Amino acid sequence: MSETLQTTPLEQWHRHHGARMVPFAGYSMPVQYDFKGELAARCKGGVMAEHLHCREQAGLFDVSHMGQAMLHGHGTAAALEQLVCGDIAGLKPGRQRYTLLTTATGGIIDDLMVANLGPEGLFLVVNASRKAVDFAHIGTVTPVKPLEDRALLALQGPAAAAVMARIAPGATDLPFMGIARLMVAQVNCLVSRSGYTGEDGFEISVPRGMAVTLANRLVAQPEVVPAGLGARDSLRLEAGLCLYGNDIDETTSPVEASLTWAISKRRKMVWDFLGGAAIRAQLDNGPSRRRVGIRPDGRAPAREHTAILAPDGQEMVGEITSGGFGPSLNAPMAMGYVRRDLSDDGTKLTLMVRGKPLPATVVPLPFVPHRHVR
Amino acid sequence: MPGKNSDTRYTKEHEWVRLDGDIVTVGITDHAQQQLGELVFIELPELERDVVAGEACAVVESVKAASDVYAPLAGRVAEINETIVEDPEIVNNDAEGEGWFFRLEIDDTAAFEELMDQEAYDDYLETL
Repeated sequence: MSETLQTTPLEQWHRHHGARMVPFAGYSMPVQYDFKGELAARCKGGVMAEHLHCREQAGLFDVSHMGQAMLHGHGTAAALEQLVCGDIAGLKPGRQRYTLLTTATGGIIDDLMVANLGPEGLFLVVNASRKAVDFAHIGTVTPVKPLEDRALLALQGPAAAAVMARIAPGATDLPFMGIARLMVAQVNCLVSRSGYTGEDGFEISVPRGMAVTLANRLVAQPEVVPAGLGARDSLRLEAGLCLYGNDIDETTSPVEASLTWAISKRRKMVWDFLGGAAIRAQLDNGPSRRRVGIRPDGRAPAREHTAILAPDGQEMVGEITSGGFGPSLNAPMAMGYVRRDLSDDGTKLTLMVRGKPLPATVVPLPFVPHRHVR
Repeated sequence: MPGKNSDTRYTKEHEWVRLDGDIVTVGITDHAQQQLGELVFIELPELERDVVAGEACAVVESVKAASDVYAPLAGRVAEINETIVEDPEIVNNDAEGEGWFFRLEIDDTAAFEELMDQEAYDDYLETL
């Protein structure tokens, strides 16, 4: 490999815990672990075990590759609203929201989290692969201050709250999508109650230099084991959440992607954001295709780029964008785009897997119910 | 280690091959199962299928990815191990024993001798 990979502050920490490191979005990242010593007694490691541990207790994910940035100053909410479909001006201090940066033609530049930190400004978390594009784009309407000196850890799972209650006073007072500056294990952090697994959990922005200290304190809690990108992917797919680059990109609109809920009510009154007119027209006329959940019959997973055919197995009607095996679902699962007339729940489809037709059914998302706190 | 002996040969695609008369038994190596992680789905070739050496003829799937399993030698599929289709975990637990994939009736036993022996395979693993 000619290109040098960037590393997170936990690179050596991952290796110490038996991680298999892989390149992802220009970073060296842990895809799964082969745990040793005390952690091995909690979880044997591997995608399936890490996934199940996260659903049963808690998983700790290093997501420091993601882009963090601040937007300072007056009028930044109004400025950002030119580019995203969410209500940013109406976001209360201490709250964050999932939103979309849209293109002029109604495609999706990125999906991101925007938090209102009050007088400090707006805090953004964007996808690693889209950092440069996003920050340049947002920079056209308001100055962006990337936070290069911060790492990001995600603690996810039903035991996450009990863990945080022990080491982060105040964290469990956060509602879902709440955010606050808190001390976590005596480290000054920015903590939000959110995640990418469908479980209750916290995302913790921490100074890079304190990331190892914090990670050690978290895995010192008996419920917690590290979890890699492999488990992160199977967890988010079970939760029906989009992966940028797979399920959404500049060629998919929020309407096609079944993310219309991310267009805030106030923004739908006036559609005054980039691509708003195109998205409105699509909502009025109906999109030609829609992102849906798909359950293949039997046990064989259908992976991304699998062709979707009409039930008669003749006509091509779409493509799988994410597909795999759900450890908690104990069955194969997929998401993909299908022609609108075949997008209703219960519709039968045919997937072409290794040249053979595999029957499948359109199902509601998520595959595994969300368990966020309210 | 169970099943590793001088009558077993290996491929660079991480299959093990055991000769008995003109029948070879084929499976994936313990190294391969470790790399793949928990298997969730296995597809085996049809009986009587003629395969050439290096032809993809079985599929193993983990949570993350699908991988092909190749015919190490030319021959005809004589037997398949349906129990691993029912319970893919058998391959994780005993890749080089109970977790065998299929048996091939081979035309050319000399080709078997050309595959890597255990020492050569172990050396090959060192290079990865």
